[in-house]
Amino acid sequence: MTDTKSSALDKPESQLRAIWSQFRSHKGALFGLAVLTLLVAFVVLGPLLWQPPKLTVVEAIKSKNLGPSLKFPLGTDQIGRDMLSRMILAGKVSLAVGFVAMAIAIFFGTFIGVLAGYFKRLDGPLMRLTDMFLALPLIPLLLVMVMLFRDKVAALIGPELGAFTLIVFAIGITSWMQAARIVRGEVLALKEREYVLAARSIGTPPRRVILRHILPNIVSPIMVAATLGIAEAIITESVLSFLGLGFPPDFPTWGRLLFDGLQYMQLYPERVIWPGLAISLTVLAVNYIGDGLRDALDPRVRGR
Amino acid sequence: MLDATVAPLVQVRDLKMHFPIHSGVLRRQTGAVKAVDGISFDIRAGETLGLVGESGCGKSTVGRALIRLYEPTAGSVTIAGDEITTMPPEALRKKRPQMQMVFQDPQASLNPRMTLAQIIGEPLVEHTTLSPDRRLERIYELMDQVGLNRRFANRYPHEFSGGQRQRIGIARALALNPKFIVCDEPIAALDVSIQAQVVNLLEDLQDRLGLTYLFISHDLSMVRHIADRVAVMYLGRIVELSPRDDLYARPLHPYAEALLSAVPEADPEQKGQRIILKGDVPSPANPPKGCAFCTRCPKVFDRCRSDRPALVEVAPGRQVACHLFQPQTVPNTSNGPGETRLQQQGV
Repeated sequence: MTDTKSSALDKPESQLRAIWSQFRSHKGALFGLAVLTLLVAFVVLGPLLWQPPKLTVVEAIKSKNLGPSLKFPLGTDQIGRDMLSRMILAGKVSLAVGFVAMAIAIFFGTFIGVLAGYFKRLDGPLMRLTDMFLALPLIPLLLVMVMLFRDKVAALIGPELGAFTLIVFAIGITSWMQAARIVRGEVLALKEREYVLAARSIGTPPRRVILRHILPNIVSPIMVAATLGIAEAIITESVLSFLGLGFPPDFPTWGRLLFDGLQYMQLYPERVIWPGLAISLTVLAVNYIGDGLRDALDPRVRGR
Repeated sequence: MLDATVAPLVQVRDLKMHFPIHSGVLRRQTGAVKAVDGISFDIRAGETLGLVGESGCGKSTVGRALIRLYEPTAGSVTIAGDEITTMPPEALRKKRPQMQMVFQDPQASLNPRMTLAQIIGEPLVEHTTLSPDRRLERIYELMDQVGLNRRFANRYPHEFSGGQRQRIGIARALALNPKFIVCDEPIAALDVSIQAQVVNLLEDLQDRLGLTYLFISHDLSMVRHIADRVAVMYLGRIVELSPRDDLYARPLHPYAEALLSAVPEADPEQKGQRIILKGDVPSPANPPKGCAFCTRCPKVFDRCRSDRPALVEVAPGRQVACHLFQPQTVPNTSNGPGETRLQQQGV
């Protein structure tokens, strides 16, 4: 027998490589990855490359509401601030809030959804909890949360990071419900599949059944929920800031720029277009990446 | 009963599996689907017990309750001396390697996101402490045993045909050297040509590894091929449990008789006499009061509608649940209904 030889030959090839090669074949995903990389580079490297011209107060008052020019590539806002540098600063916060809040929401949602779907005893209580969260009026809830905790958190880790943590957390724990419902439904269906039964007949304990058999098979709905969640988190953050509950008023985020620009939309539509475009591009890019990742993770698609 | 002194490997006593029905606003339990309603049988080591019956009669539920994939409502199951139904979870987990299952749908019973090596290796990961290299070796060994090419180890289930997938399922069941395997319609989803291969493989493995099977199927000719004894189920109960040759030569219970008369005959000249049953199977949520078969039985009489017949031994090795038969009387010598049965034995 060529035992040793064949086993050396047949060692499982790297899963990551197979996933990457499938991901690469998905044009949309590559495009999304490129756009997202550009956006991240824009907000991370932007401050190093673009210094807004220093203006005196008089100059600033004179340069209100300017259109695009060499001095101000994206024009200025209603009090003479350079839009490009504001976009860069805003992007950093918005992207961070979007991704972190989405991650928290998806983690909570998946966790609760899996528990509710897999363990029948937990289903009732956990889903009623989900319903309760869905029924809660979100804005007053967030208002109370921010009011109660803002100063304490700010005292602990500084006002900016404090606001960030609080907002991200607040958005995260108020938007996991959709994900939980989707995941629960999927788990309920998967639980009855024979391969889960087979795993149980082998004696695989529940947590490994979930990790090995259930989670990998519900990636696609989770992925869809996650990509939509990013956009939602960015918008929710701007709503919070608009109500004075989020970041301080002079602290730009994409959502905030959008709201600020709204009043001037008829005169200066570009004020709305730039942040809107940035949010849309982020969502679109993440969506395509999610799509490509979903395909790449599915061996049935990967084989083709 | 040659080896009556040896305790059977699997002993099932009065196993009941009822699924509750909840209804109304308060979701109170208003009844139960009696999928398995008090069945008892033994399987001796190295034997194959065929379990046949029509769709929905509770065959698969028996198989699943036996290895406690469902929590049985009542009754006892003993496998290799251990009571399964009341075992605490950790002990049950330790016991799992001895009892395995081959599933009906080879497509659905394999996780589409795991490679063949991962699927076959899962039991090894769970129950052994083999190093990855030793584990791979054992996986190759198992693949050889069921006739799968070693080169397939890194492929995914969707790349295989139905027969190959079923082999993967069998390899997984064999991984931990079980004593007892429940084959839950392992051939129902396969082509006829592949069915024979899989059944032969199962027989082959039984000879080599001394396995004991509970072979659940609705394919009577396949059961005839593989089983040593056959239990016929109807509406959650065993109506007849006989050695294979006796059953196929001369079924005793009217239902078994009707079931066997429906087996297609390969020879077009030899037309069997079909027994056509009228009506539908009663709902298992509301079975008839007496014999489960009394609504459709061609030989029904008054007592059938009121008394539930017990499964009793009516001839050596043959158990039947029917009022037409008296315990330990050979139907040849019985009078009345028994004789009409004899005339149909040429089926």
